[in-house]
Amino acid sequence: MRVALFLTCVNDTLYPDTGRAVVKLLTKLGVDVDFPMAQTCCGQAHYNTGYRHEAEPLARHFSDVFGGYDAIVTPSGSCGAMVRELYPRMGERARAEGRGDGLATALAPVVPKTYELTEFLVDVLKVTDVGAYYPHTVTYHPTCHGLRSLGLGDRPRRLLQAVRGLELKELPGADECCGFGGTFALKNSDVSAAMGADKVRNAESTGADVLCAADNSCLMHIGGTMTRLRTGMRPVHIAEILASTEEERA
Amino acid sequence: MPAFPEAAHEAVHNQTLRGNLRHATHTIRAKRANAVAEVSDWAELREAGKQIKDHTLRHLDRYLVQLEESVTAAGGTVHWAADADEANRIVTSLVKATGESEVVKVKSMATQEIGLNEALEAEGVNAYETDLAELIVQLGKDRPSHILVPAIHRNRGEIREIFAREMSEWGRPAPEGLTDTPAELADAARLHLREKFLRAKVGVSGANFMVAETGTLVVVESEGNGRMCLTLPETLISVVGIEKIVPTWQDLEVFLQTLPRSSTAERMNPYTSMWTGTTDEDGPRAFHLVLIDNGRTDTLADEVGRQALRCIRCSACLNVCPVYERAGGHAYGSVYPGPIGAILSPQLRGTESEIDASLPYASSLCGACYEVCPVAIDIPEVLVHLRERVVQGGAVTREGAKVVLKPAKGHAAERAAMRAARWAFGRPGVLRTGQRLASRTRRFHPRTLPGPGRAWSETRSLPAVPAEPFRDWWQRTKGGQETRGGKDTSK
Repeated sequence: MRVALFLTCVNDTLYPDTGRAVVKLLTKLGVDVDFPMAQTCCGQAHYNTGYRHEAEPLARHFSDVFGGYDAIVTPSGSCGAMVRELYPRMGERARAEGRGDGLATALAPVVPKTYELTEFLVDVLKVTDVGAYYPHTVTYHPTCHGLRSLGLGDRPRRLLQAVRGLELKELPGADECCGFGGTFALKNSDVSAAMGADKVRNAESTGADVLCAADNSCLMHIGGTMTRLRTGMRPVHIAEILASTEEERA
Repeated sequence: MPAFPEAAHEAVHNQTLRGNLRHATHTIRAKRANAVAEVSDWAELREAGKQIKDHTLRHLDRYLVQLEESVTAAGGTVHWAADADEANRIVTSLVKATGESEVVKVKSMATQEIGLNEALEAEGVNAYETDLAELIVQLGKDRPSHILVPAIHRNRGEIREIFAREMSEWGRPAPEGLTDTPAELADAARLHLREKFLRAKVGVSGANFMVAETGTLVVVESEGNGRMCLTLPETLISVVGIEKIVPTWQDLEVFLQTLPRSSTAERMNPYTSMWTGTTDEDGPRAFHLVLIDNGRTDTLADEVGRQALRCIRCSACLNVCPVYERAGGHAYGSVYPGPIGAILSPQLRGTESEIDASLPYASSLCGACYEVCPVAIDIPEVLVHLRERVVQGGAVTREGAKVVLKPAKGHAAERAAMRAARWAFGRPGVLRTGQRLASRTRRFHPRTLPGPGRAWSETRSLPAVPAEPFRDWWQRTKGGQETRGGKDTSK
């Protein structure tokens, strides 16, 4: 099976540790993972801000880069949802606008082969115990696109529960949005910040050391809020927890 | 009306308002979830509701004609209004023809949408709201903040004060020594309103549904004030949006299950009132139905946006919306607040004004609204569609004619940034150069950002740029192959 890592532009630029953790984790589980160097961005920020026509060439580029793989794995619920939920929609809209089937045909091959990381682990590799060790108290925030667009369900939680040394704390109001929302964080910064502060206060109430999620964009917002509110909690991507082993003493 | 972010600013920093909204939305959110969980075929009911509404909207012309025939045959009179002004003129002249100078009102979004109370007042007619929450809003010279619970932003103490101060201006004063216990507040409202019910000769209502085959109108409510207004006056005028139609009596079966559970978390509404034309010696002698378009057929012309017309005004989307919870209803600048308002108002009114152009962005696209919607309106999809209309312009229907909108002003810098980003993302080499530049200069990065980025760094710390982007690490180590065995130089 030829598996490609779609790291996403945000992770590539700002969170390379998450990328290294995914590679380490998948390699350990026997997956030969490739990182196509031509990859850039799925176009989500463009699409969701209203620039669908700017997003289309990026979607085509994604398809060119990843079309030849059997599976595309991404450690981001929202970028995964962009491909799986919104690429088909982009194809349909182009068709409805009389621009033919070109875009739909170009995007179709990558849509069913794109998996969010926890989905790939549980559904494709059929593993919930990845042999990780992480001696910390952790609370899990299910990000909106992972939760509602991809329907990740309890997969991340099952993976975390199998991690040795990890104590999982339930997050009050877990399924409420953290307030990131891409350009929403800038355009409606007052509301966004208020939502982030409430999320952080809920996380703090669990007494956990770490808030974990499957999307670094949301973690960037939550973590930035945590630092500003001086909570002492850390945001950590789930891939980094799952890749931690006893030898390293994370 | 300022744009949404400015309008929300005050609410976000008003702790009392935030507390009131939070308490109310969380309470009803939990109750709704329980009420919905009781129904084993909820998913099927939701799909059925969606199908019925879509079918009706597709054949709206046919069903409206059928409705007019049924209502007329039952002794009612149907009036057609293209916009708010026309609707107000029709209602005002109907009221004046009765010689009366006051009307009692059943809570109605349609009459709020057209500003009927103000139009009547300008003609010397007092319109009395009889729904408890609407009464609080009216007495407080306030605007509704929620579709279903217009006074959601008020707490009991504030309500007591409004009653004590204002009731005497409008009729029976509040009792001496009124406290803020719910029973006493409700009793004060009951006595104040009873006078009006028994005196009024004209009632004005909206309707939750109109049945095309029988000409029956339906109002569901919780307090019984609606039933008083619908049965006691001599003349009943119902003002209803044309999308409120269902083809058959049997179709009500679906909505009378989904609406109460979604809105008030009840299994059925305490009062479900239905009226069909006029009946001798029972109820109003004259019945007028004013059907309003006011932007609805323009909305219907839009393939993506038309799903907003499925809305049955349950307000479940408001109660789960994290943005509504913090910004409050007033920030939406419309009688339709929350997620549904964010897609309905810019379609009914167009995206020209500052507030309407900003509403499609009043969402983090978290999708909770779509999840709870009993008629499966994909609100995030419509929001993104309307964002596209705002920033890119394009063909829309206004007043029945195709017009091509220009991109909205104020997005030039953003548009340039999006184009530049698309250009860079189309070229992996450019992206890489940018990443390296960011890494090499990371020691000089400011802790706060200038320009639009300030909106981020005022409340959130910036992430630190790593020493090496992932792709450089991958290339240097061949995906970690060369460092395996403990010689990882990347840390």
